[in-house]
Parts: sequence; C-alpha cells; structure tokens
Amino acid sequence: MTALAQRSWAQGGGPVQRAWRWFTSHLVMLFAILVLVYMFIPIAVVVLMSFNTHETKLVYQFDGFTMYNWLHPCEPQGMCEAVRFSVEIGLLATLGATILGTLMAFALVRHRFAGRSAANLVIFLPMASPEIVMGSSLLALFIAAGVGGQLGFSTILIAHIMFCLSFVVVTVKARLTGLDSRLEQAAMDLYANEWQTFWRVTFPLVFPGILAAALLSFSLSFDDFIITNLNAGTSVTFPMFVWGAAQRDIPPQINVIGTAMFVIALVLVVGGEMNSRRRAKAMS
Amino acid sequence: MAAIMESGVGPETPPPPPPDQPKSRNRFSGYLLILPGAIWLLVFFVVPLYSLVATSLYDPTGSVIDGYTMTWHFDNYVSALQDFWQPLLRSLVYSGIATALCLAIGYPLAYAIAFKAGRWKNLMLVLVIAPFFTSFLIRTLSWKLILSDNGVIVSTLQWLHILGADGRLLNTPVAVITGLTYNFLPFMVLPLYASLEKIDHRLIEAAGDLYASPIRGFAKVTFPLSLPGVVAGTLLTFIPAAGDYINAKLLGSPNERMVGNVIQNLFTDANDYPAAGALSVILMLLIVVMVMTYIRRAGTEELV
Repeated sequence: MTALAQRSWAQGGGPVQRAWRWFTSHLVMLFAILVLVYMFIPIAVVVLMSFNTHETKLVYQFDGFTMYNWLHPCEPQGMCEAVRFSVEIGLLATLGATILGTLMAFALVRHRFAGRSAANLVIFLPMASPEIVMGSSLLALFIAAGVGGQLGFSTILIAHIMFCLSFVVVTVKARLTGLDSRLEQAAMDLYANEWQTFWRVTFPLVFPGILAAALLSFSLSFDDFIITNLNAGTSVTFPMFVWGAAQRDIPPQINVIGTAMFVIALVLVVGGEMNSRRRAKAMS
Repeated sequence: MAAIMESGVGPETPPPPPPDQPKSRNRFSGYLLILPGAIWLLVFFVVPLYSLVATSLYDPTGSVIDGYTMTWHFDNYVSALQDFWQPLLRSLVYSGIATALCLAIGYPLAYAIAFKAGRWKNLMLVLVIAPFFTSFLIRTLSWKLILSDNGVIVSTLQWLHILGADGRLLNTPVAVITGLTYNFLPFMVLPLYASLEKIDHRLIEAAGDLYASPIRGFAKVTFPLSLPGVVAGTLLTFIPAAGDYINAKLLGSPNERMVGNVIQNLFTDANDYPAAGALSVILMLLIVVMVMTYIRRAGTEELV
C-alpha cells in the first residue's frame, strides 16, 4: 500500500477507519492510563491486605475478608508506639525544617549577599545524594563526636530536619519567585509599612507554598527508612517496625496504617486542590 | 522535585513572569535569614561527609569499643573494592535498567499529561504522586505478594511458558528491578512533565506546517526540547535507586544484594566502620563521576 492510499484509507469515514483513527490518536493516553493503573495495583493490594484474616502465618497471601484488623489496629505489639514515635518526629522535623527552610528561601530570593551560589549548592546536594551515603556519614559524625551510644530521638530528629530542609527551600522558593511583586509595591504605595506589607500581603501569598513544603516534609520524615535506620539506635519508627515485621511475619494491621495514610493524604491534597480552585474562581 | 510538584499541581495557567523581585540591599538581614539553615546543613550534611572520609581511612583493626585510630589506611578502599565489587556493580546495573524502564514508561505518561490530558491534567498529576502517600516499605511489600510463587503473574507466565514450571520471580533480579522501577517512577514522570509542559506548542505546529511527519516532529522538536526533563528525571531516578537496599532485601535473595545492603550490614551488624565508610565514599564518587559525564554528554547533544 502506498503512503497516499494509506492516508486515504485512514481518512475514510467507515466505522473501522474511524475506530482506527480514534485508537491511534488516543494511543498515548491509553498507554498513560495503563501506567497509572499499574501504579495503583500495589495500593489496591495494600487496601485488600488490610482486610486479610491472616490465617497462614509467615506467608504473605490473602486468606479471607475480615474487619477485625480495622477494629483492632494496635494489636501487633509495638506498632502503635512506633506510629506515635514517627508522628512526633515528623511534626517536630516539619516544624524545624519549615522554619529554617522558609527563612533560607526568603534570603535567597529577596536578598543579595556573597556566597549565594555556595548556599545553593549546599541546598541542592542533599537532594542529589543517595540516602545510604547521607545516613552513613551522619552516623560517622555521631560516632566521631562520641554520641554513638546515645542514638535515638534527637539524632533521628537532626537527620530528618537535615534532609527535609532542602525540599522546603526549593518549594517555598518556587512560590516566592512566582510572586507578583507589584502587589507589595501597591501595598507600600497605600502607606503600609514594611512590617504590614509582609504580614498582610507577602506572607498570605507565600503561605500555600509553606503549607505544601510542610506537608512534603512530614511525608518525607514519616516515610524515611534508610537514613533513620542507621541513626536510630534502639528507637523504632513506623518504617523500622515494618522492616522488622517483614523479616518475620507481616501483621495485616501494617496495611491498615498504610491504607489510612493513603486516604488521609489523598483527602488533604484533593481538598487543597478544590479549595484553591474555588478561590481562583471567586477571584476571577 | 518539590518545585516540580508545586508548579505542576498549581493553577493551570502560570501568571506572566513578574517584574524583577525587589532585592533588599541590607546584606545583614540576608545573612541572618540564611545562617540558621545553612549552619544546620553545614554541620549535619557537609561535616558528616568529612567524617565519613575520615572513617574510611581509619585503621581497620580497631573496633567500636576500643576506638579507631586514624592511620590514613588507603588499603580500606582496595579491600572494599575487592570484597564488594559485585554488589557495587549490581547496584549500578540494576538501577541503570530501572532508570531506562522508568524513562520508557514514564515518558509517554508525562507526554499524555502535558499534551493530551486537557482538563484532567491536575487529576492525573495527583494520581502520579498518590501512590507515594502510603509508605515506601508497605508498597514494596505488596510487590512481594504480587510477584509471589502462587500469584497471578507467575502462573500466567508459566502458562505462557515464559517461565518454567518451577520458575519464580521473587528472589530474582527481575523482582528487584521491578520494585526499583515502580518505586522511583514518579521521580522520572514529574521532571519530564515539567519540561514538556514548558514547550511552546507553536514550535510543534511549525514543524507540522513545514511538512514534518508527527514522528519526525517529535524526534526533531519535542524530544530535544524535553531533554532537560530527561536529564533531571534520569538523575532523580538513578541516584536514589543506586543507593537503595529496601527492594533488594524485600524482593531479592542474598544473590541480589546491592551495595546499600552491604554498607548497612557493615555498619549495623559487622560494626566494620572503616570498610563501610570506604564503600560509601566509593559509591558517592562513582555517582558523582557518572552524573558529571552524563550531564556533559547530554549537554553537548542538546547543542548539536
């Protein structure tokens, strides 16, 4: 078939041709949807396994449906303590990283000073280093400093603030550079002083970025395993509990926590998105 | 990546670039703002790298209890390479394959979101990051179930005679690479999307007007313009995958152990800090060298 004939066939109006045209023009989209489905298969497994009766121990398989795990989420010994520990670390790390990172973002976007490029490099590097290297180097530092025997809450917190910090800076910086500075000039023109301009105009405009950075920090902190495991001593975070359970027998309650995390995060993100959409509509 | 997520899930049309940011001329306040965070990163990121290099040169005969002495023991590197070149090589190969797979399935996804999704764009972006909302370890554990010996995938492959009757996926390199590909896919898709999104559609239309076929237009216009995203995505996938040991441990057997597993064991179980330090430094150096050559090559290709 010549190219011309092929073209005229493809442009014809018959149902087969139309179906073929639809298929080729939507091919990328079909593939994309398949990839998204693939990304959700493990999530579906997590949800399914949270309802597992867990009759066969030591083998990870679905035995039957029960609500028991959801009604008794804290049954596996030490799991809820680990979740609690991770939440505490996560909140404190988020607080620390968000404050330090937001200040850094403001300095980088709004101030001129020597050493900016060095600062940018130091902020970028932790995001480009393998976790195992960051974790082992921190451990090397703690041992050299003689606190190798006191690894625990504070060393985990130090590590988490360290690796969340860069992500906060990048997120807040993106929001701040996208900010229309004419809004601040307008406030100044209307006799607001610097302080008022900052708290009434700049901060509310940057706040969504700070909030996004805080959410990102919390999820990074809550989910971290590699760096934490090296610097935790005898403390057990939730990912460390999962790791320990994976070597022995995996209680279905782990999947209850996994499902709950997924749902909570999804609600927060979708809620935030709807909220910003409503605001955008109200503004226009 | 955070910036990419932020810009991606934000409003559909970005506001026009605002005029120059007002820069405060007060240097003092600039330092005051940046110092607390910068000091944190210096003390807990830069100084530790120094301690790691120092640890890697300690006398290996020392122990945690007796303490280590600094003897500039460069032999630690030689013996680390001799003992662990296999896991090291395996890490690079596995994460290289996983990165290539991520690019192959991530590019069409990012392309569809950027050019075909229309009003579903934000929804699709949320769907890309949503699997991240649950724990990394729990996600990896569900692959253990999906790939298990009596699971659907293994029995289908056996039925198709791709796998032998006693063939399995769990505890094979295939399982480890599957896990790595799955876990790091969003790191590939988001930067790709960010750079595809920025492409001026008129350039692609111009290629069509000049009689370029859609495939040629893609090869000569769209793909070259998306190269920054390809480079960023490749790095963001390859680097964490090369250091990961969770997939190798949960989905593989000791035959699939990667350099991360070795470093972790040397630190926590064997308490051989000098060897662990040396291996960490080797991994870091390898990654830096590979990234530099890669960026240089990708950069020149972009110019041609």
